Amino acid sequence: MDNPVFHIEKLNFWYGAKQALFDVDVTIRPNQSTAFIGPSGCGKTTLLRCLNRMNDLIERTRVEGKIALHGQGLYAPEVDVIELRKRVGMVFQKSNPFPKSIFDNIAYGLRIQGVNSKNDLADRIEASLRKAALWDEVKDRLNDSAMALSGGQQQRLCIARAIAVEPEVLLMDEPCSALDPVATAKIEELIQDLKKEFTIVIVTHNMQQAARVSDHTAFFYLGKLVEFDVTTKIFTNPANKQTEDYVTGRFG
Amino acid sequence: MKIRDWRSVAFTGATGLATFCIVAMVVVILGNIVWDGAAQMSLRFIFGGTSEGMFDAQKAGVFPMIFGTVALVVLMTIGVVPVGVITAVYLTEYARHESLITRVIRGAINNLAGVPSIVFGLFGLGFFVQFVGGGIDKVFFGGQLHYAKPALIWAAATMAVLTLPVVIVATEEALRAVPHGFREGSLALGATKLETIWKVVLPQALPGILTGAILAVGRGAGEVAPIMFTGAAYYLAHLPKGPTDQFMHLGYHVFVLSTQSPDIERTKPILYGTVLVLLLLTFLLNLTAVLVRAGIRAKLRAANG
Repeated sequence: MDNPVFHIEKLNFWYGAKQALFDVDVTIRPNQSTAFIGPSGCGKTTLLRCLNRMNDLIERTRVEGKIALHGQGLYAPEVDVIELRKRVGMVFQKSNPFPKSIFDNIAYGLRIQGVNSKNDLADRIEASLRKAALWDEVKDRLNDSAMALSGGQQQRLCIARAIAVEPEVLLMDEPCSALDPVATAKIEELIQDLKKEFTIVIVTHNMQQAARVSDHTAFFYLGKLVEFDVTTKIFTNPANKQTEDYVTGRFG
Repeated sequence: MKIRDWRSVAFTGATGLATFCIVAMVVVILGNIVWDGAAQMSLRFIFGGTSEGMFDAQKAGVFPMIFGTVALVVLMTIGVVPVGVITAVYLTEYARHESLITRVIRGAINNLAGVPSIVFGLFGLGFFVQFVGGGIDKVFFGGQLHYAKPALIWAAATMAVLTLPVVIVATEEALRAVPHGFREGSLALGATKLETIWKVVLPQALPGILTGAILAVGRGAGEVAPIMFTGAAYYLAHLPKGPTDQFMHLGYHVFVLSTQSPDIERTKPILYGTVLVLLLLTFLLNLTAVLVRAGIRAKLRAANG
């Protein structure tokens, strides 16, 4: 518990002149799932994308403050962003499998990491598809296009793709927002299994989802962290009035 | 009928008439060429040379010009596609979109597209033939004349510069059409930018890149002005043996036939025949590229489900 994965301290973030995060402090603990909740535009996705430096892709952004992964500053000049992203995987809001076969989708990340032998690839692809609870549905059609899968299957394929390269952390940016309730339930179930092996950070709009899948919850409002605590506490006995209003559905 | 209805009818009529005029012009031009050109078509005409009588419809052939035109277009494509694609990749994937440099580059490309083709001819003569060719001769051949003369490669290089904007613009559009999610998905797996572009973005953009190449081929096969000073010859006894030789060209041949013939009436059938061959050749080059693109599209569609 005392050895956090991410330690975020006084983090400020700007898109051009517009500040999106104000002095945010959050600690992400290993093998737990942490949820970021809050209304649209509150900065939760921005914070998530700081954790694997995906925000670097956006022009004219600026970050100040501290994010450390096991004590190592993420924005330190000597940090290799490519290595960082191998350790911190990501699943996006809109499922984005490559227009390749199911096999090649997962093989893509593995090949980049230098796994090239046919047997190794096949083994690791099967293992990650099993972990993503997709193996039984696709094992007979690994060479079919990933785009032919249903939305929920595509998202689980993206999860399989992310975990195949064995990251330490899995970031999930509203992974169920485009899915129906059945597919959502499957992914939520999956998150419970995955956190045995990975540390999970999930951004969600859906408060019930945060309550179901996370151990800790951070509530953001207008770029500020309002409250960060154990999930049950946030949902049953929040310290802050704003949090209470949000989780009980009075605004947001 | 009300005035409004009359106006509507008149406008519909005017637009229809304009359209009809366009179609009619194309039909007349093509019909005229095909009708008169077909009379000249024979295996002897297509595979024959000009050594026995350049202006004699019974003896002249156009094979050296077909050969030269195809060689020019192929070399031009080999030159323009890599440079154009790399430039487009830089502009869409690497350059900052609002920076001054990007805007200057973009402006330069647009201006390049507006330069008259004869200017490219003069540029090719000054830059490729005299400067580059002359430089090579000075450095490698002690001033002996090998490269500092009009040649197939200099004509192809000039034509490549001329068609560069077409390839860049088409490639940029194709790259921009690749969903952003693919790039993020790849980068989030720890792929480098180069791996992402090479393995995810470019394969998706390939049909669009080929569209650019097709347009470039269409333009390159028909332009005459840029090659007049840089490589095309009035008459050659032999086919070019290598890229440093001069070549004969269908379009330039049309110009030669119509301005240099001692008896224009007797040359006319060759003129028609040459133009028809040029049209067919352009069509054939385009068709090949379109078929290749269709093949790639089908493959991508299979991958896209």
